[in-house]
Amino acid sequence: MSRDLFRSRLDLVGGRVEMTHGAGGRAMAQLIEAIFQPALANDFLGQGNDQAVMPLPRSGRLAMSTDGYVVSPLFFPGGDIGSLAVHGTINDIAMSGAVPLYLSVSLIIEEGFPLADLDRIAQSMGAASRAAGVPVVTGDTKVVERGKADGLFISTAGVGVVPPGLVLSGDRARPGDRVVLSGSIGDHGIAILSSRENLEFETAILSDSVALHDLVAAMVAAAGPHLRLMRDPTRGGVAATLNEIAHQSGVGIVIEEGTIPVKSQVIAACDLLGIDPLTVANEGKLIAVVDPAGAGSLLAAMRAHPLGGEAALIGTVVEDDRHFVQMRTAFGGGRIVDWLAGEQLPRIC
Amino acid sequence: MKHVGEYRDGALAQGIAAAIRAEADPMRSYRLMEFCGGHTHAIARYGLEDLLPPQVRMIHGPGCPVCVLPVGRIDAAIRLAASPEITLCTYGDLMRVPGSNGDSLLKAKAAGADIRMVYSTLDAVGIAEREPTREVVFFAIGFETTSPPTAMAIRLAAQSGLSNFSIFCNHVLTPAAIRAIVAGPEARRDGVKIDGFVGPAHVSTVIGADAYAFCATEFAKPVAIAGFEPLDVLQAVLMLVRQVNQGRHEIENQYIRAVTANGNRKAQALVAEMFEPREAFEWRGLGALPHSGLRLRPAWSRFDAETRFEIETVAAADHPGCACGAVLRGVKRPEECRLFGVACTPDSPIGACMVSSEGACAAQWSYGRFRSPAASVAAERVPA
Ligand code: SF4
Repeated sequence: MSRDLFRSRLDLVGGRVEMTHGAGGRAMAQLIEAIFQPALANDFLGQGNDQAVMPLPRSGRLAMSTDGYVVSPLFFPGGDIGSLAVHGTINDIAMSGAVPLYLSVSLIIEEGFPLADLDRIAQSMGAASRAAGVPVVTGDTKVVERGKADGLFISTAGVGVVPPGLVLSGDRARPGDRVVLSGSIGDHGIAILSSRENLEFETAILSDSVALHDLVAAMVAAAGPHLRLMRDPTRGGVAATLNEIAHQSGVGIVIEEGTIPVKSQVIAACDLLGIDPLTVANEGKLIAVVDPAGAGSLLAAMRAHPLGGEAALIGTVVEDDRHFVQMRTAFGGGRIVDWLAGEQLPRIC
Repeated sequence: MKHVGEYRDGALAQGIAAAIRAEADPMRSYRLMEFCGGHTHAIARYGLEDLLPPQVRMIHGPGCPVCVLPVGRIDAAIRLAASPEITLCTYGDLMRVPGSNGDSLLKAKAAGADIRMVYSTLDAVGIAEREPTREVVFFAIGFETTSPPTAMAIRLAAQSGLSNFSIFCNHVLTPAAIRAIVAGPEARRDGVKIDGFVGPAHVSTVIGADAYAFCATEFAKPVAIAGFEPLDVLQAVLMLVRQVNQGRHEIENQYIRAVTANGNRKAQALVAEMFEPREAFEWRGLGALPHSGLRLRPAWSRFDAETRFEIETVAAADHPGCACGAVLRGVKRPEECRLFGVACTPDSPIGACMVSSEGACAAQWSYGRFRSPAASVAAERVPA
């Protein structure tokens, strides 16, 4: 469809999303053509069909994941809901050791949403997907009446292919295994909190939102057969992820407080808000559990990668039928590292 | 790049812990109560109990504002929020405190009440300004540290001529609670013996160290005021061990970087201008204590939700199995409650002490339950 079919051009500066933009008519086609096609352009999306048709990978197993994004605010230091929706799903796929191949995106937009913001978010999705080399091959937009959605919700799904022979799963941690963390914790959650309207505090912390599949590829290359599992500590932070692993694998985990990297601004903000950095969300970090025989080469490969420069050995898997995650504090005392009870603060991803 | 805990001077703390172990007489017992929930939290979070010798035992006190609020006041807030014209603004922790019949503000919110989580009294004033058709009520709780900000917010509301803002006042006073613990009828009945107090950090910056003089003069109990850093707590414990060893009972101040003898006179004046002591106020666990709570003076009654909406507080019983009262008086340890970790966990609290992270039960469950094997096995399960 060409632009001259439309009566007037979309006003990407002062315009707003109207109900007609989701009605399946010309206005919707215009919205897609003016905003999403240019931002996300790739050959599969360019096919212009209701589905994308892609070649089958030659070997390996398929990994698939889907996630909804309702982060508030939509724009935060270091990213926005668009880049987050791309990174988050790529990371969920990558944690299986898979090479992410394709993404889909579905947007639910509230009537009245500024077109300029929508354009900015679409551009940001496009940039994130190009930087990661994982195209958005198909998409959908819906518009709901004012008051029925908080601005914009995004849902992305993705597929990837797990190399033959590689099996990573949350139930594979064994006593004696080492626990490795790829970098400093809490950046994403603190960046979001710092931009909350009623909480604004000064911090230079940016969200760590980033696609991790390249780091994962380096880790698989260095220590593939020794790797037990990988997981990205998003909602609930490192604390939730370690507890999930302990329960899924039926083991205990002991970590050393003094080995966990964290920026001093994050500590300061956590102290101010009375929260524990271990429970704060990350969007660009991963935790790996590895056979001790592979721990050295894994760490070396991670530290040689730009996204793993601060990678650290933070703990050990132990036998414990209570499935506790325990921490030796920097004081030499011990404590439990628990799941967060209730809701820390709403909608961080 | 730092590491979690590094900046907290782990090595220094280990040195102080070594001094405590060396100086605490093994033939003696040192039962030290940290009054503040902030201290309870620091002790649990940094595993400080592991550093103390067995004869030094920390007893968790009632200084957790969420924990000491009685069921009747939660019920009253729930009833208040049920009025269609009212927007109730509250701190997040209060949302989950159980009222009667398993009710809570969280459940009331889900059922349609307009209850909003705020981070400060000023947030609530902001809501009242933006939404002039709503009756905005702030659920004010806390010790002497939170009453000055509440007073400031009311003054601001008065200055900007707001007629739709009021507070449901539950501010309470620390010295009254300490007195109840060392001298109240409950204390005498339970026979709880305390050898010294780790005095409040932030509260003391407002009321000053002299406010605890009665502990030493009337009851011969030493007090060491401490900051909230784990290192501060250890230092205060060492000070108390020394006082006990030397038979002294003085008000010592570890937290000299923030606490003076007289406190913050300006804040005190602001509070005195707006608030007056109630004849008595009901505390969870401690009962009705004379002159232990604040209410707005008659001149400010238009900001008092209790007068404005004729709120009645009906005394209500705690859950029958809940030992919160005994825990708050320092008579029972959290794990001695038979609901601890079985029916009562932070995910589904039965008593208030399991709600706030400063509550003794929540701190013990979240950080220390590996030390109490029986309870920990009972409920180790994945939260839904
Ligand atoms: S465990 Fe629960 S019920 Fe028992 S005293 Fe603590 S808060 Fe109350």
